[in-house]
Amino acid sequence: MMTSMMTQTLSSPAKTATGAKPKNKTIEISGLDFYYGKTKSLKNVSLDVHDKQVTAFIGPSGCGKSTLLRTLNRMYDLYPGQRAEGSILYRGRNILEPGVDVNMLRAKIGMVFQKPTPFPMSIYDNIAFGVRLYENLSKGEMDERVEWALKKAALWTEVKDKLGKSGLSLSGGQQQRLCIARGVAVKPDVLLLDEPTSALDPISTSKIEELISELKGDYTIAIVTHNMQQAARCSDYTAYMYLGELVEFGETDQLFLNPVRKETQDYITGRFG
Amino acid sequence: MVGEHSSKQYDQELEAIRSKVLLMGGMVETQFDEALNAFRVGNHEQADKVMADDHAVNQLEVQLDDACSHLIVRRQPAANDLRTVMATIKVITDLERIGDEATKIARTAKSLHERGMVSFNHYETVRTISRATADMLHDALDAFARLDGKAAVQIIAQDDVIDHEFRTILRSTITFMMEDPRTISSALDVLWVAKAIERIGDHAKNIAEYVIYVVEGRDIRHSKLPVGHGAPAPALSTTHEG
Repeated sequence: MMTSMMTQTLSSPAKTATGAKPKNKTIEISGLDFYYGKTKSLKNVSLDVHDKQVTAFIGPSGCGKSTLLRTLNRMYDLYPGQRAEGSILYRGRNILEPGVDVNMLRAKIGMVFQKPTPFPMSIYDNIAFGVRLYENLSKGEMDERVEWALKKAALWTEVKDKLGKSGLSLSGGQQQRLCIARGVAVKPDVLLLDEPTSALDPISTSKIEELISELKGDYTIAIVTHNMQQAARCSDYTAYMYLGELVEFGETDQLFLNPVRKETQDYITGRFG
Repeated sequence: MVGEHSSKQYDQELEAIRSKVLLMGGMVETQFDEALNAFRVGNHEQADKVMADDHAVNQLEVQLDDACSHLIVRRQPAANDLRTVMATIKVITDLERIGDEATKIARTAKSLHERGMVSFNHYETVRTISRATADMLHDALDAFARLDGKAAVQIIAQDDVIDHEFRTILRSTITFMMEDPRTISSALDVLWVAKAIERIGDHAKNIAEYVIYVVEGRDIRHSKLPVGHGAPAPALSTTHEG
């Protein structure tokens, strides 16, 4: 592990397309390796996730982008045989170290999955459920929080008259926004979105994308997407990954207009064979 | 240098656009050559043909603009593909203007020869600038066809020579006009032709600038080329380090 970090400081595998202005970093990943049992699926990945910006991860299936996202809140801890090496500094602290309170970490770094996963309970309780785990709020305060979260997720006007109805009664796009509201309700610092719109129609997709651009005023967002136009539309930084390696990381416009690496160009122009 | 797309159809659409641009380039080059010849020898039929051909060039411009819009809406090109489409849209505008300038030369040639020359060696005056510009246009189209950024840099430098030559022509025609006022109308005609040729040089320079944009992703318009530029463009790196 030490060796990999040493190598990392000597030669960086990914080239930044432009000399980006120094911005506050929420998460600094360096020399990250990840193993599913004996299979190494992330190789020496280093990149910074900037504060209140959207960072997109693109790449073909199996390139490790979802794996990388799942290391950021140690979601992999739930599965035996999966481990990460290297370092992920979140607000200056290495979250891969033992002794990190994983529950608190996940409250700070929330996640929304590919398929909408509302709990089989009312819309109201879907939001309140997570909040109750971390905070002791009065009924009035909880009502306010639920409304606030639903407004943040651009769902309030559609559901305000049926908060007692099951979350499962909503449409797919609404369910996904409910999940985002649930993620936002615990007031996290970072939102991880794993292909949040892949199961949604174009209108719901554009609502989620609109939401992402609004949320980034308050949160740091990392999004995994198969849709390159989506990455181009709603992210500030883009990372292109292939076979567990970070090939290129840079400002989104630069990466899509004039990528530094040929591999990136081949992928984003559809020359990937 | 650039591989094929997973979509063969996409490759074919891009290639169709590219070959049509080259066809349009060939057409305006011929227009320019024929206009100069009509100017030199006073061939009215040739002058008429240049003017008639302009219609076909204009049609190609419309078709190509349309093809580029379709490609953008269907394929959402990125990176070098996007730069190619953006550059193509601009190149065809320049080509169409070159066609217009050639038409102007043809029209002037006709009127000059209809009125008859007044002791004025009209073609000799523009011979040097014509040759330099024809070469420059040819090289610019060639650089676009081969996406040769290095050649494009050299072509851009040639424009200064043409501008200088135009100022020389300006001075000499003024001298003619002062010495013998009977030459004024034909001297002005020659000057219009020289100006049209000089403008064609500017359009060729634009095309060369777009070549650099496609190859290197750098927009060098309205900026001075850095001293010593002419080194090969930094190719996309293909190997992983570390």
